[in-house]
Amino acid sequence: MSDITLPASLQGVDPVKSIRTPASLQYTYSAGLASSRFLHQVAQKRLVGQRCPVCQKVYVPPRGSCPTDGVPTVEEVELGHTGTITSFCVVNVPFMGTLMEIPYTSGLILLDGSDIPIMHLIQEVAVDDVHSGMRVEAVWVPDDEVGPTLESIKYFRPTGEPDADYDTYKDNV
Amino acid sequence: MGVDEVLSAPVVIEYPFRRTTGPVIGAFMTGLREGLIVGIRGADGRVIVPPQEYDPVTAEELTEIVEVGNAGEVTSWCWVAEPLDGHPFDRPFAFALIRLDGADTPMVHAVDTAGDVSAMATGMRVQARWRPVRPADVERDTPADDGGRYREGHILDIECFEPTTAVEPEETA
Repeated sequence: MSDITLPASLQGVDPVKSIRTPASLQYTYSAGLASSRFLHQVAQKRLVGQRCPVCQKVYVPPRGSCPTDGVPTVEEVELGHTGTITSFCVVNVPFMGTLMEIPYTSGLILLDGSDIPIMHLIQEVAVDDVHSGMRVEAVWVPDDEVGPTLESIKYFRPTGEPDADYDTYKDNV
Repeated sequence: MGVDEVLSAPVVIEYPFRRTTGPVIGAFMTGLREGLIVGIRGADGRVIVPPQEYDPVTAEELTEIVEVGNAGEVTSWCWVAEPLDGHPFDRPFAFALIRLDGADTPMVHAVDTAGDVSAMATGMRVQARWRPVRPADVERDTPADDGGRYREGHILDIECFEPTTAVEPEETA
């Protein structure tokens, strides 16, 4: 690279070597009918999925149709507040936007009565003790803070029950 | 709120990019932070502002950074009657091509006429309105007293251009 010659006014001045060029995209996200209904039920501390009339699988959060059979899922199914960890990730790297102290565990939890896991935090257990098959239960925020958001569940914690049989979650591993 | 009421929420996606400038654009940014504007001498002797790393005609590397004036002439302009988010003003203003004194090419910047479109004209004289220098005891990224930025080596270190207030010398017969 050739040498740059500077005017006297810029000689001996600490040079600028980088600039910040942040980009920001602002959206209004519409949850749609099925997810809105689910979230309103969360605000009532209920977890309600929808069953496909063809394959009989129960989806949560429901999207209003079955991705496999392409048919509307209108039958609602009340789910338990307990479930089984199918898979998990121990987060050791801090990143922008997270409020969590590392390390923490993010888990896929198959709620009892459903056929697809939801993602949530696993707490009140050492990260090394988290494992597939572990039985967990939802810990809700105080009643006056419950709203139409999955953040109404603070996290899931072990129930202390024996691990679930592999066959009960093998389709989701 | 009924369970069938559709929910929506604002979603903002932000990318906190930082890019390196290289020595040529870096000199331009350094100049802005120091309150002066520089260009670069092209292969044919013309002064190009903002500076380019390569000659637009011959493609050879350019190296001679040249200081130009911080006032100049509007060569073309576009009135922004309804400013959008991210624009430099929330009142009407102009984006203009401004050929600075000592430069042979115009550069884009905003011109503020306090919302008065009739104050805009091709050929009018404008001068840079600079953001304040960051005091030595103020940390980087601290807003200035008016909530805006201090100069940091960024195109917005020039808040805008404004009509030249200095009285032009009268022609004497």
